[in-house]
Amino acid sequence: MAEPAVAVMAHHEEEDHGHHGPGGWLKYLWSTDHKVIAMQYMFTGMFMALIGGFMAYVFRMQLAFPGINVPGFGMVSPGEYNALVTNHGTLMIFWVAMPVLLAAFGNYLIPLMVGADDMVFPKINRLSFQIFFLSTIVILASLVVEGGGFAGAWTAYPPLSANETYNLTPLGSTLWVVGVGLEFVAFLLGGINFITTLMNSRAPGMRAFDVPIVVWMIVVASILFMLSVGPLLAGAIMLIFDQTLGTGFFDPATGGDPILWQHLFWFFGHPEVYVVLLPAIGVVAEIITTFARKKLFGYRIVIFTIVATGVLSFFVWAHHQFIAGIDPRMANIFTITTLLISVPIAEMCFVYIATLYGGSIRLTTPMLWALAFIAEFLIGGVTGIFLGAAGADIYFHDTYFVLAHFHYTFFPIAIIGTFAAFTYWFPKMFGKMMDERLGKWHFWLTIIPFNFIFIPLFVLGMGGQHRRIYNYAHFPELAIPWFQNMRIVATVSLLVMLAAQLIFFYNCYKSWRRGRKAPMNPWKANSLEWTTQSPPPHGNWRPDELPVVYRGPYEYSVPDRDDDYWPQNEPDSRGSR
Amino acid sequence: MRPIATTRAATGIATGKLAVWWVLASEVVIFGGLLASYVMFRLGHPEWADAAALTNTKIGAFNTFVLLTSSLTAVLAHQAAERGNGRLAARYLYMTIGGAVTFIGVKTYEWWYEISHGYTITSNGFWSFYYSAAGLHAFHVIAGAAIMAVVARDAARNLELHRVELIGIYWHFVDIVWIFLFPLLYIAK
Repeated sequence: MAEPAVAVMAHHEEEDHGHHGPGGWLKYLWSTDHKVIAMQYMFTGMFMALIGGFMAYVFRMQLAFPGINVPGFGMVSPGEYNALVTNHGTLMIFWVAMPVLLAAFGNYLIPLMVGADDMVFPKINRLSFQIFFLSTIVILASLVVEGGGFAGAWTAYPPLSANETYNLTPLGSTLWVVGVGLEFVAFLLGGINFITTLMNSRAPGMRAFDVPIVVWMIVVASILFMLSVGPLLAGAIMLIFDQTLGTGFFDPATGGDPILWQHLFWFFGHPEVYVVLLPAIGVVAEIITTFARKKLFGYRIVIFTIVATGVLSFFVWAHHQFIAGIDPRMANIFTITTLLISVPIAEMCFVYIATLYGGSIRLTTPMLWALAFIAEFLIGGVTGIFLGAAGADIYFHDTYFVLAHFHYTFFPIAIIGTFAAFTYWFPKMFGKMMDERLGKWHFWLTIIPFNFIFIPLFVLGMGGQHRRIYNYAHFPELAIPWFQNMRIVATVSLLVMLAAQLIFFYNCYKSWRRGRKAPMNPWKANSLEWTTQSPPPHGNWRPDELPVVYRGPYEYSVPDRDDDYWPQNEPDSRGSR
Repeated sequence: MRPIATTRAATGIATGKLAVWWVLASEVVIFGGLLASYVMFRLGHPEWADAAALTNTKIGAFNTFVLLTSSLTAVLAHQAAERGNGRLAARYLYMTIGGAVTFIGVKTYEWWYEISHGYTITSNGFWSFYYSAAGLHAFHVIAGAAIMAVVARDAARNLELHRVELIGIYWHFVDIVWIFLFPLLYIAK
């Protein structure tokens, strides 16, 4: 969409600074500007979201209308069905949620919000995207190689994933592991950049508690990712050796231990939930303070809460394994830690509600998305309590209840959070205002069908309907007509929701081409990214105009001020700092 | 041209050094996961001691000595760089690279010997971990030595002398990983 505009801007500015590199598109490809890299991550992520969404469309059609000739795909075979659900999960988490929320917004916002001209290591930043792009090619290739894509679920449990005689996808499963491993390396490089940039490159005067919440969140998420992904990277190497060399790490037939993989996977997999949740929660904090014109309730509490969540998130992983034969006494311990972790998250919801209370609320499109995030994520969080308690989980495990719970957490994170952030920062990123009317149509036509997709799935799960079933008609005790109708409701709602995304793309295109030109600070917000042009030039500010910070980012509606906002870089008349 | 961001140091620690420590943090959990898996397996499989008995402790001890010595020369290189003596720093770095080459050479012989006697990565769980963990470590040794060659080439011309310390920190890490691998794979019979 608008990346040429950014590239042109970067081009223009670089000439001013006397740079001489490759020209034109090559310059765009090899740009080290954090904003260009952010766009590359964002558009790659959105492209992958379309593929992931298409996969959801195909397998939901098969579930609602078994054996149908799915328009645009054809008949779905059982193997293809498994490959579709596996890669839907893989793509949506590793190639949509992570690149868009963490990498794209992290890259775009961190330097701008801490008042720096770029990341501390721009070339490593570029390398991070290049490795990520390579991983994208690998995972897409894994879908079309001989034997088809990997079909052993996104958790890749051995022995199914470890031995080609079981999974029948010799190339697909190895490419899957290689792709995911490369993607981890890309985010490790990006994460080191994020962490060091926040630690070292803050604008003069910006203390730790003057940093906007979203930056804190992205950096804490990067630390969580870095500390949790290592064992899984080691596990990925072991899994590749199992697949290709025939070692026996995970396959019991050759003396391996499949539960070991589950531990390595979930030791990463649960912190990973918070890795993507935290950026979304941070985005929501920025938006609700701006549009409630109110100071964030308990800024420091939120920071301490994130740290508590981060620490706790390393001690909950075995709640994914309650029926994997772990010791019941262990299950008790993990039940307790899992229920404990809902405390800081609930606290964050209360903090946001307290922020809204008494505010002067403006229901713009980004605000609607932010409010929807809180409401929908609440449902996801509350249903998690049932699954975190070992006693209830034994009944719910591997039913649609788990799936609905998961999507009530990840959809608000990856989709609602992304739309909130995208519509909020669109004026800054592309220099144009978005169409509010289209934005609101898109919002309601996404949110309402979303609930109609997943509430029926909660009901199915409580009715004992198992996941990972290709055709319920094959199982007489599961093939209940009423349940089948629920599946049809879910699938039709999905079609409506997918169609509504056309409004979004049309809105982007229309706003970019003919939208009202965005001023420097359209929302009258405080943080530093609003103190430069929209879109910001290469280097963000002129080198001699880099901002200096005088206060925290949430000074809205301060008494005795004419304006109801107080930019972080505006010198204090009393000169207190 | 470096961005202004790179030259800032709000923590008081140079950005490069800060980043190296974070790289090490991520490496610690990679090796930590692998070694924790090995230890858990080993506790459940006492019979792996029979396989472990076949590893050559003397060669392993020699390699430990080589690697520790190379860490010493890395420190001496840092000291020389602090004093602004790039040529001396480069010389010490080349000695460190020499240690890395010796280590890999000895390891190659050791593996060749073991593989030719039929102990390969698929022989049993112990040998799988033996080759995977030592192989991952050897990969780090080779990568570190390659980066060190670049740093040394610059240092010899008194350029980017702060990098001598950074590669030194990394090298000590590689050394420390081996300090864990040696007893776990060679001594615990």
